[in-house]
Amino acid sequence: MSAHSITEPSSRAKWVAGSLVILYALITMVPLAWIMMTGFKTPPDSISYPPKVIFEPSLEGYVNLFTTRTRVTPDALEALPPPATWYDEIVRERNMVIAGPSKFGERFLNSVIIGFGSTFLSVFLGTLAAYAFSRFKIPLADDLLFFILSTRMMPPIAVAIPIFLMYRNLGLSDTHLGMILLYTAVNISLAVWLLKGFIDEIPREYEEAALIDGYTRFQAFYKVVLPQAATGIASTAIFCLIFAWNEYAFSVLLTSATAQTAPPFIPTIIGVGGLDWPAVAAGATIFLLPVMIFTILLRKHLLRGITFGAVRK
Amino acid sequence: MADTPIAHAAKATPPGMARKIRGLSDRAIAWIFVAPTIFLLLAINIFPLIWTIQLSFTNYKANRIGREIKNVGFRNYERILTDSDIWLNMQATAHFLFWTIFFQVLIGFTLAWLINKKFKGNDLWTTIIVLPMMLSPAVVGNFWKFLYQPQIGLFNYIITWFTGAEPSSFEMLGSVDLAPWSIVIVDTWMWTPFVMLICLAGLRSIPDYIYEAAEIDRASKLRQFFTITIPMVLPFLMLAVLFRGIENFKMFDLVVQLTGGGPGSTTELTSINLKREAFEKWRTGYASAYAIILFVTVFGLASIYVKALNKVKER
Repeated sequence: MSAHSITEPSSRAKWVAGSLVILYALITMVPLAWIMMTGFKTPPDSISYPPKVIFEPSLEGYVNLFTTRTRVTPDALEALPPPATWYDEIVRERNMVIAGPSKFGERFLNSVIIGFGSTFLSVFLGTLAAYAFSRFKIPLADDLLFFILSTRMMPPIAVAIPIFLMYRNLGLSDTHLGMILLYTAVNISLAVWLLKGFIDEIPREYEEAALIDGYTRFQAFYKVVLPQAATGIASTAIFCLIFAWNEYAFSVLLTSATAQTAPPFIPTIIGVGGLDWPAVAAGATIFLLPVMIFTILLRKHLLRGITFGAVRK
Repeated sequence: MADTPIAHAAKATPPGMARKIRGLSDRAIAWIFVAPTIFLLLAINIFPLIWTIQLSFTNYKANRIGREIKNVGFRNYERILTDSDIWLNMQATAHFLFWTIFFQVLIGFTLAWLINKKFKGNDLWTTIIVLPMMLSPAVVGNFWKFLYQPQIGLFNYIITWFTGAEPSSFEMLGSVDLAPWSIVIVDTWMWTPFVMLICLAGLRSIPDYIYEAAEIDRASKLRQFFTITIPMVLPFLMLAVLFRGIENFKMFDLVVQLTGGGPGSTTELTSINLKREAFEKWRTGYASAYAIILFVTVFGLASIYVKALNKVKER
């Protein structure tokens, strides 16, 4: 058969389509590129008019993101011993000294703990439930599955009202455990739907062979099914992680001092005379980069994840 | 596990008997596997929902502990449905929903159609286009606020550069006319790739032989587009609209960071208004009724829509 069927687009059509798509991709990247650049600007450069495309890179934004600083008089600055580190030097150029670390590290760590904790729990419980839905006759299975999905239709604020009251009574407000449980409850619907799809694709014959060989159901599950479903489980885990990582509404309403994640914190980084845009941009960059990397890793399963397994490709 | 006495015993016993002895029938395992998930959903989704329904008939205020809670019947519901401000919020939400879906379908479908021409490197560019939708909406809202700044913002600068308008003559977030569009622009930037991906799956599901048959019948390209491409992608497109509709009805984080609902209440979507009632004014009972109304609305609209979607699929 020849390489060109009659339905193959002409090379000119391909060229035009390609240029338009690339143009869109470049335009859509401008905001992201701009925010990453802003992270390496000095505060005056970041708010200059016209906006500066070419500038002298500086790490001031990153230093400001991770530290809190106090202003000192030039005389007091003179009296200090010479700066010990490069970040001391950057800060002193603005007549300030470093007072201590900022809360960003803590908030970021909270994002990691709550993100991974809830991901582990939702994938663990989700795999068990998905296996049961896939392999056993469960009464009202369709209704149960739909019920699991419909929990996602609630606006988060509507859910937050009773959760707020419930957590206040149980002492779970502003705790890591509370947030992990909440994110797990939100993510588990996605996990069950996706994983059921993945497990449905594994032929039953594998387990049946194992059962005949004397494996118990349990052994067949973790020695035969789990390894087969590993890719599906991994991509489900990344989707759960990205959701927990990005979530804002519950975090801003239910946490404050100890268990708050990074998204509510980043927009509140204040500098001299308003928002410290380079520090905000630095925080956004650090926070968004892992997700971008995961997205590239996930690209094969992306469609399935974002449509709850409705579109499998 | 393999070395435990139980495992040895299991191996020594014939399989059928082993299952009887171990006592865990498939039915039992099914319930053990499903129970934790159901329990968690009952505790963190259903119980709160029932509690919300109960609260919606009271005058409870969560910031006043110990105050007597009175049953007020349907008064909260009556007040919400007759409140003209809430209808304004509903209108803002409808405007946001309609235009975001309109632009995302238009641009998303076009992009998918172009990508489906299978030019060299289309995978790479698709992945790049998809990036915005995976990011944290709150952080995205926050940095678009920076792009929208009058004078210093990149967005305003680019508009000025192309149109020659005075840089200080317009404020995307500060003006009553432009603010509703500013949130539409950001949501479209973020979520067009979602519609694109689903449309692309739809386009790729159309087998080549249908087009080949049409070619043989000498159907024009335009005719092929309207009689093959559009009808076959439609179920996918409708699914994308369903997802975007539900998500944008719940919209909170992106818009709260961008405009905070302002100026005035021009971009105060229902979720933002609900947050204000529940967590700033602390009218818990009233907000609960509001939450129930929103939930019933989403659920009702989604159910009707899914019925329509299934009809299209059956065709």
